[in-house]
Amino acid sequence: MINSLEELEALANTKRCNEQNCQEELRVCIGSSCASLGSELLKAALDEAIKTSNMSAQCRVKAVGCNGLCAKAPLISHCNRATKQSTLYEEVQNADIPDLVQSLLNPTSVSHKHCDTKQDFFAAQTKIVLQNAGIIDPDDIEDYIAHEGYKTLFETLESKLPNEVIEEIKKSGLRGRGGGGFYTGLKWESVAKVQSEEKYIICNGDEGDPGAFMDRALMEADPHRILEGMALAGYACGASMGYIYVRAEYPVAVAKLSHAIKQAKKLGVLGANIAHSGFSFDIEIRLGAGAFVCGEATALITSIEGNRGNPRQKPPHLSDYGLFGKPTVLNNVETLANIVPILTNGAAWFKSIGTENSSGTKVFALTGHIQNSGLVEVAMGTTLRTLIYKIGGGIPDGKKFKAVQTGGPSGGCIPESLLDLEVDYESLKKAGSIMGSGGMIIIDEEANMVELARFFMDFCRSESCGKCTPCRVGTVQLTELLDKFIDKKATRNDLELLQNLSYVVKDTSLCGLGQSAPNPVLSTLKYFEHEYLEGISDD
Amino acid sequence: MIREKVRVKSFKINGIDVTGASNQTILEVAQDNNIEIPTLCYLKGLSCVGSCRMCIVEIKGSNQLIPACTAKIKEGMEVTTDSPRIKTNREMILSMLFSERTHTCSVCVSNGNCELQNKAHELHLDHIQVPYHNARFEIDASHKNFVNDPNRCILCTRCIRVCDEIEGAHALDIMDRGIDTRIIHDMDEPWAQSLSCTSCGKCVYVCPTGALYEKDISDEEADKKRSIIMELLERKAQQ
Amino acid sequence: MKKIRLATIWLDGCSGCHMSILDMDAKLIEIAQFVDVVYSPYVDTKEFPKDVDLTIIEGALSTDHDLEMIRKIRANSKYIIGLGDCAITGNISAMKNLFGSEAVLERSYGELSDINTSGGYPCKIVPKLLDKVLPLHEVIKVDYFLPGCPTPSEAIYEMLKALIEGREIDMSAYTRFGK
Repeated sequence: MINSLEELEALANTKRCNEQNCQEELRVCIGSSCASLGSELLKAALDEAIKTSNMSAQCRVKAVGCNGLCAKAPLISHCNRATKQSTLYEEVQNADIPDLVQSLLNPTSVSHKHCDTKQDFFAAQTKIVLQNAGIIDPDDIEDYIAHEGYKTLFETLESKLPNEVIEEIKKSGLRGRGGGGFYTGLKWESVAKVQSEEKYIICNGDEGDPGAFMDRALMEADPHRILEGMALAGYACGASMGYIYVRAEYPVAVAKLSHAIKQAKKLGVLGANIAHSGFSFDIEIRLGAGAFVCGEATALITSIEGNRGNPRQKPPHLSDYGLFGKPTVLNNVETLANIVPILTNGAAWFKSIGTENSSGTKVFALTGHIQNSGLVEVAMGTTLRTLIYKIGGGIPDGKKFKAVQTGGPSGGCIPESLLDLEVDYESLKKAGSIMGSGGMIIIDEEANMVELARFFMDFCRSESCGKCTPCRVGTVQLTELLDKFIDKKATRNDLELLQNLSYVVKDTSLCGLGQSAPNPVLSTLKYFEHEYLEGISDD
Repeated sequence: MIREKVRVKSFKINGIDVTGASNQTILEVAQDNNIEIPTLCYLKGLSCVGSCRMCIVEIKGSNQLIPACTAKIKEGMEVTTDSPRIKTNREMILSMLFSERTHTCSVCVSNGNCELQNKAHELHLDHIQVPYHNARFEIDASHKNFVNDPNRCILCTRCIRVCDEIEGAHALDIMDRGIDTRIIHDMDEPWAQSLSCTSCGKCVYVCPTGALYEKDISDEEADKKRSIIMELLERKAQQ
Repeated sequence: MKKIRLATIWLDGCSGCHMSILDMDAKLIEIAQFVDVVYSPYVDTKEFPKDVDLTIIEGALSTDHDLEMIRKIRANSKYIIGLGDCAITGNISAMKNLFGSEAVLERSYGELSDINTSGGYPCKIVPKLLDKVLPLHEVIKVDYFLPGCPTPSEAIYEMLKALIEGREIDMSAYTRFGK
């Protein structure tokens, strides 16, 4: 048990000293992208190879979370403590292991697998929430503590009042990273000021957008940072219980989080009376059963309560009537991962990154027709061009860029003419899309935009809970209308109906799913109307 | 949540000054003042779910349309219940309700006593604005007195709520999602085999359409008794 | 005064709405002063004429012939009234949509037939069934809708009178779906 800040720092120091004895470190990414290419087997083989070469004393093999460049998975990085040099190896296979072990003695021997970390993909990023990803072992709480983990929580409990925490978060201008962009500090404040015996902090890890894997990577790579962020939220708002709602399709994230919670409770950084401060905070995991709508705040809460995950009409807002009818803060994984750095470095530091109304960074998952698909973190205000061409490496096979879909099925398509758009909450909204949770699907010239709109509409159709009329029926009607355009059997009236119906569904649906479901149709209509006109046959 | 004291609040509906208790909804105050707002899933005496979206209204200062049945009143708010925007939306929503299942009024036992049919009449909807969906659902006629025909269901969930909140049996619930959503008994058992159904018939009485109906009666004899909920609640209160 | 060139037709319907037209009884004489019936089951015209002022259509669209006919009617009519629920909602005609045309043919010419030994369906002379029975307005523009099953004769009379007199009329006082 850790009883004080001093004891925490002592543990951190011991861990750091122990590690100093080991010169070399091989960090094998075991995030889902790398793991799906067998990186866990690679790690076991590496372990074995190091052991048989009698190098265990000077080299350690460590499992780490996502490095970002998923296109080149599996990734292994080699880090030398003395020189502080680190080398990244891409697309590592079993056959490379002897070379890799050799390279510990002679760094040039596996040069063909060498991945340049000075390339724009890495250099143009600003890492705040992904700071520890790819560096620490997500299964080892001591590794997190050695990287200053839980220090902010202990310091805050010792020296800050809850309202000071809220002030700091408010000053930082942090906004919800799940898509809505609501100011986190204001959300916390509204819950903090409600008098209630019970309050809840919920972490939304029900990432369901097609093509989005930001939160998954975060939960897999740095689970303790999320736990610490939740505990800080609990302290600020006066809550002593937290839930992490994770979709069951993320087994690795669930395993890492469960393990992290167990370790944190064992060390007493979570639980009753943390560091004798009088503040208690416990966290439990709840699994989602795969419904996209359960990422919506009210549906998520209903699901945690043990009911069918249907949304309900707001107001009442969660701050008045949330989980089990109690005041509740619901924050996205990435939002909570921003709490520790803000409180460590101060609101002014955070505010200095990003744009005026959107401070800090945003993690994006680059997917689709792009060279470097993977996970990237950039300062708010970075242009789409930088994201797609500089970091993403452009479109493969010499094809031309056509559009980028941001915000998943709730977002919209942004055409080439807006590539110099500086990405933040306001600019994306103005362009007819949304920030969303950070999925970015890049689309090349060969894609048909009506088919793309249909793909997302069909997704919303199959994910609609069926509670409210416009979403339940509207998404079906819209999907069938889009089919007519794809089959080139639409009429002028169909185009009018497509538009009118889109506005009705947007205007009158009960929750965010329905309200945003027509966005892909409306934005493709706005920028690629000619593709719809091609689907009209006047017979 | 702190229980607030009930206070009187004054506000405007369609420019008319009205007052209500702070725990009342816009719909309740509108009804008290004889201001018509169309509803379908709402039934006095049951909890409000705001799912059919018929009762959407505009509130000055907000761009969102909200259902009057769930929105609590606020001092000084200005509510509009019938703007061109609301009218367009309501007509489309009603069209969608007609399109998703098979509402063939002429062969329905609720013909002439159906809230969906009445709504089309009230809103002057003489044809629907979207194509018919033509989905077929199996009819459950296993119960000795009642029939459940999902083809005529508008998923208002009144039956579920009355069974749960008034009868206390919770024999009904929903299954599947989106357009495939269905009202089921127990774990999707045939009605006759439902262990929790008490055969009280309240679900049939409150059903706005002919989805739940009594066997062996004609549309002339069908009696929906939708006011039974308030009668029961009043009698309970007197006990 | 020039008489209104009026056409009436019944497609996939039961003719009940045409009965309703006749049910106007004495009022038919009043209407007849203003209209000239140029095409109808009531008169013996083979071809749908040109320059029709008003066509009243009963019934839904069920066959390829109905489709051909409705397009011809639209091209030659100034105004169209959809008469009755079949024309407006598909109604009873469209109830087979839940099973599909194939199932209906199979049932009537296969399962329930006594003398059809070949097991085939009629495919010559008779029109081909569409996959789905459609209300008129899903295929052409319909100007006025007169729901009802059948539409009450009073509603038909009031609508015709309003059109003759050139005034707007709210039909909801006279008819509705299923009436």
